[in-house]
Amino acid sequence: MEAKEQKVLDEILESHDYNQTAVIAIMQDIQKIYRYLPEEMLCYIAKKLHLSEAKVYGVATFYENFSLEPKGKYVIKICDGTACHVRQSTAILEEIRAILGVTAAKPTTDDMMFTVETVSCLGACGLAPVCTVNDVVHPAMNPEKARVLIQELKDSEAVGKEAADED
Amino acid sequence: MEKYMIIDGERVPFTDEKNILGVIRKAGIILPTFCYYSDLSIYGACRMCVVEDKWGGIVASCSTPPKNGMEIRTNTPQLYYHRKRILELLLAAHCRDCTTCEKNGKCKLQELANRFSIPGVRFENTNPIRPIDTSSKAIVRNPNKCILCGDCVRVCSEIQHVGAIDFAHRGADMEISTAFGRDIADTNCVNCGQCAAVCPTGAITIKNDTHDVWEAIHNPKKRVVVQIAPAVRVAIGEAYGYDPGENTIGKLVASLRMLGIDAIFDTSVGADLTIMEEAEELVESLEEEERKYPLFTSCCPAWIRYVETQYPHIMPYISTSKSPMQMFGAVVKQYYKKQDKKEGRETVSVAIMPCTAKKFEASREEFKRNGVPDVDYVLTSEEVIGMLKEIGIRFDRLEPEAYDMPFSIYSGAGVIFGATGGVTEAAVRRVVQDKSPKVLKEIEFIGVRGMEGVKECELDLGERTVRIGIVSGLGNADRLLQKIESGEEHFDFVEVMACPGGCVAGAGQPFARSTEKRMRAEGLYKNDKALQIKRSEENPLVDTLYKDLLKNREHELLHVDYMRES
Repeated sequence: MEAKEQKVLDEILESHDYNQTAVIAIMQDIQKIYRYLPEEMLCYIAKKLHLSEAKVYGVATFYENFSLEPKGKYVIKICDGTACHVRQSTAILEEIRAILGVTAAKPTTDDMMFTVETVSCLGACGLAPVCTVNDVVHPAMNPEKARVLIQELKDSEAVGKEAADED
Repeated sequence: MEKYMIIDGERVPFTDEKNILGVIRKAGIILPTFCYYSDLSIYGACRMCVVEDKWGGIVASCSTPPKNGMEIRTNTPQLYYHRKRILELLLAAHCRDCTTCEKNGKCKLQELANRFSIPGVRFENTNPIRPIDTSSKAIVRNPNKCILCGDCVRVCSEIQHVGAIDFAHRGADMEISTAFGRDIADTNCVNCGQCAAVCPTGAITIKNDTHDVWEAIHNPKKRVVVQIAPAVRVAIGEAYGYDPGENTIGKLVASLRMLGIDAIFDTSVGADLTIMEEAEELVESLEEEERKYPLFTSCCPAWIRYVETQYPHIMPYISTSKSPMQMFGAVVKQYYKKQDKKEGRETVSVAIMPCTAKKFEASREEFKRNGVPDVDYVLTSEEVIGMLKEIGIRFDRLEPEAYDMPFSIYSGAGVIFGATGGVTEAAVRRVVQDKSPKVLKEIEFIGVRGMEGVKECELDLGERTVRIGIVSGLGNADRLLQKIESGEEHFDFVEVMACPGGCVAGAGQPFARSTEKRMRAEGLYKNDKALQIKRSEENPLVDTLYKDLLKNREHELLHVDYMRES
């Protein structure tokens, strides 16, 4: 772990007063920045909080929302709750997976751009079938709209990359 | 007024029992349990100890405190159904290769399945087969046999403050795991084996090395030399119906001869050497001014590992004297060197220990000379019992026999090494100037004896008073270290044994609760009393060794530098 990252972690730990019982909140803060929980960071907070590494690992694996695997820049969550499911969310999921070449076992693209996950309910059943990209909600989806959405995300990336190249 | 409960219609008084399970046991009913140990926190996971209240409600008796006038039943149709179903489900998710399991005959799940006459298991095991972790020198983890009672997790974190394993994942995926699923050997595990001692099934077992030792015994080119640790003599007889604490060393020596061992010695001789070296270090350390940390003992390999992983900065304050096993191992290999060459044989050094961490210690690089370990194999008391049973020795019918020459003389100081406080008492016997029997008796009462996890005492050496700390259980050691770090306490000498109660309570011994552990310790003190030689320096063998075999090689053979490797 580099000094820069250690500084980030120290700040997070500091903001929680190095309180053992805040370990979940601390992990949430870490995941917000790095999109996942890197092993060496968990070991670092375990040491600082005087918890065993096994305990911290236990907490991190208990919650579905924590990821120990790196995630892509865009995390696409396809709702597979009852309402979305009966309105054909499976077809959307399959379409998106096919376009990006990912599976349930390997949810992230090799270029670390996209991660595709399902969630049990986003609590937006009136908008079914629904999916989110990072924290933006996309209502009333279908496979066609999903194709367009992915293309838009890829295009905006390409534009951003060109702009960066010109600089 | 006396408080009481109504258990199955009988009035049962209670006082300060922390749960109704305790009251029920008092009433003479042994409820089945998997996850309940009185030394650990209450977890309430296995639900075998369920009882029914008078309204038909079902509660776990381990996690329910007794109340005055409470009425419960322990035997109802509902409870019958629940207990059987729980067992059947546990068995369904269990790898049931009982006949070849290390725990065969000692497994709690097997015992309860038998006790409850489970006629068959109707459900298929849908769990994926998970790999067995054999990375450790001390223990083997087989997750396919785990019933998730959490005993291992609690003993590891609550008693030992190690926390090498914990629950991971959730629901049907839940498992006991190391951090990030690493091999147990790559964690902060100290190899104390207490997890294996409390595991009710074969999910964590002690690594069995008997096969390799049998091969050595069967090979005429090999000279198998055995050393027996002090704590073994007061526990091994339990397998043959002897009381805990009864010294059966003579029978053990006789049976090891029948097994085909070529020479049998006592690790107490090594303990005498350890005292000679460690006491010298103590005297030197007392002359140092403003020493923040005491001299810590070095006999316990789990303690050494604990310091390496959790308090690396205090490594320089640990005695550099090898443990008795390693000292004696070095002596044995040295002693047979010439003879081996002449006879074209190879000496195989085997240590019979109450301990699982000793298996790890023997394999450490620091204890290899020219790539050859000083101790080739470590067998636990339990493994030796297994070997004796295999060839059908009637232990109880054997006439006691004596040790082999030349290492047959040892002191009482060496013998008491196996109980918490014993190392300290042995060291004190060495450092006090007054060698009269009166002083010897006084040392007994300065506070070194007893099974308490933390003992503090003072020794008046004339020119100064020495403050001594004695702890057993690594959690107690951790707390003591924190006090030393903060400056709250100051000690000159601290003895640490990783297992609560000391080596007599080691994880390699037959299973024991606190009463049996105490009886074993008393057995060692009784043995000490019966011995002519009380002090290590009075052992003539020690003198001979220093003048001959150890001459100019004390450092190489008796000391270790753990920090060299790191």
